[in-house]
Amino acid sequence: MHTQKKEKQKKQLKIIDMSNEHKEWPLWEVFIRSKAGLDHKHAGSLHAADAQMAIENARDVYTRRMEGISIWVVESKHIHASNPEEADAFFDPAQDKIYRHPTFYNLPDELKHM
Amino acid sequence: MTQVSFEASFQKKIDEEIMIEPQDYMPDEYRKTLIRQISQHAHSEIVGMLPEANWITRAPSLRRKAVLLAKVQDEGGHGLYLYSAAETLGITRDQMLHQLHTGVAKYSSIFNYPTITWADMGAIGWLVDGAAIMNQVPLCRTSYGPYARAMVRVCKEESFHQRQGFEIMLNLAKGTPVQKQMAQDALNRWWAPALMMFGPLDAVSPNTAKSMEWRIKRFTNDELRQRFIDVTVDQIRLLGLALPDENIKWNEERGHYDSSELNWDEFWNVVKGNGPCNKERLATRVKAWEDGAWVREAASAYAEKRKTKKAA
Repeated sequence: MHTQKKEKQKKQLKIIDMSNEHKEWPLWEVFIRSKAGLDHKHAGSLHAADAQMAIENARDVYTRRMEGISIWVVESKHIHASNPEEADAFFDPAQDKIYRHPTFYNLPDELKHM
Repeated sequence: MTQVSFEASFQKKIDEEIMIEPQDYMPDEYRKTLIRQISQHAHSEIVGMLPEANWITRAPSLRRKAVLLAKVQDEGGHGLYLYSAAETLGITRDQMLHQLHTGVAKYSSIFNYPTITWADMGAIGWLVDGAAIMNQVPLCRTSYGPYARAMVRVCKEESFHQRQGFEIMLNLAKGTPVQKQMAQDALNRWWAPALMMFGPLDAVSPNTAKSMEWRIKRFTNDELRQRFIDVTVDQIRLLGLALPDENIKWNEERGHYDSSELNWDEFWNVVKGNGPCNKERLATRVKAWEDGAWVREAASAYAEKRKTKKAA
């Protein structure tokens, strides 16, 4: 009887597990500022139930060796990205405008401090 | 573009050393190979916590205990970096865990061996993490961006793992005769399994050729294994321990150490689930997952409750 009960409990646990597959904690992207004066930089991602947990987990996972002084987290689903398949056309406008670079201009060597 | 031109432009990128990122086109087989390799790697980090966790409460000093805790915590983190990298390929975390728990997915066979003395903590850090680093350093340049970035992080952190292991071995080797014997015994037991970590011989490795072509791998199993033997033999001498294989001999012509053939029957037997600790390791992981179910649910419920409160 006792073992039967245990088996039943076990089965129930399995069922809970399966249903859990549909409510995985959401995915978060983690951004870390390594020191004052620098930008936050993408460090990686993790799962967490809410923002606070995401920040605490990010601290434990991505700053174990003092890699950061500030953490941003954003749910991955809120990130919008440019389409890599259209990258060539998308970034094309910058391709033929080398005059935007200082080295484009022919100036005499005697010119200093410019 | 046709399928053929997609694949041609993919291979061209690979050949030009341009990294592949999650949203880029990739052949199905490339994606599948990566999911298999990265998730196996992640599972190895997670299961790899178990043999060492066995000694945390019995570490011989507070210093050793703090170090071992930090190492095991790192491994949990490494598992997470790798799971995250695999998730960018379209598999979910729960699917991967399900594959681990049902035995569909594999993890490194080395973790199916028992840790019976404290010297095993030294041998694991030195040899097992050493072999892992030898494998992982070239993976920092693997062709899939998220995997490469995860490996950079892992390699940075893993260096102390190997050094603390060597330090344990050094202290034991310079200790009492009994301590030295303990170190020798650990070396003898872990040597062959560590060499097997590099995978089957190239001649019978089904995935090597394609993985090299796709630059997922940069060196073959045999190349990395030989490199590991070459650097480790000198380290064994530095410890003042006896070589664990009587056939280790410098080969002038090859410029490498020769060594015994490994027992590949044992390797495949452990891969198939019949190693000394396969069942125990898997049972521990499944129990942790099931015992943690209420925590996962409670956290979700709490987050949901706060969300509705905020909205009200």
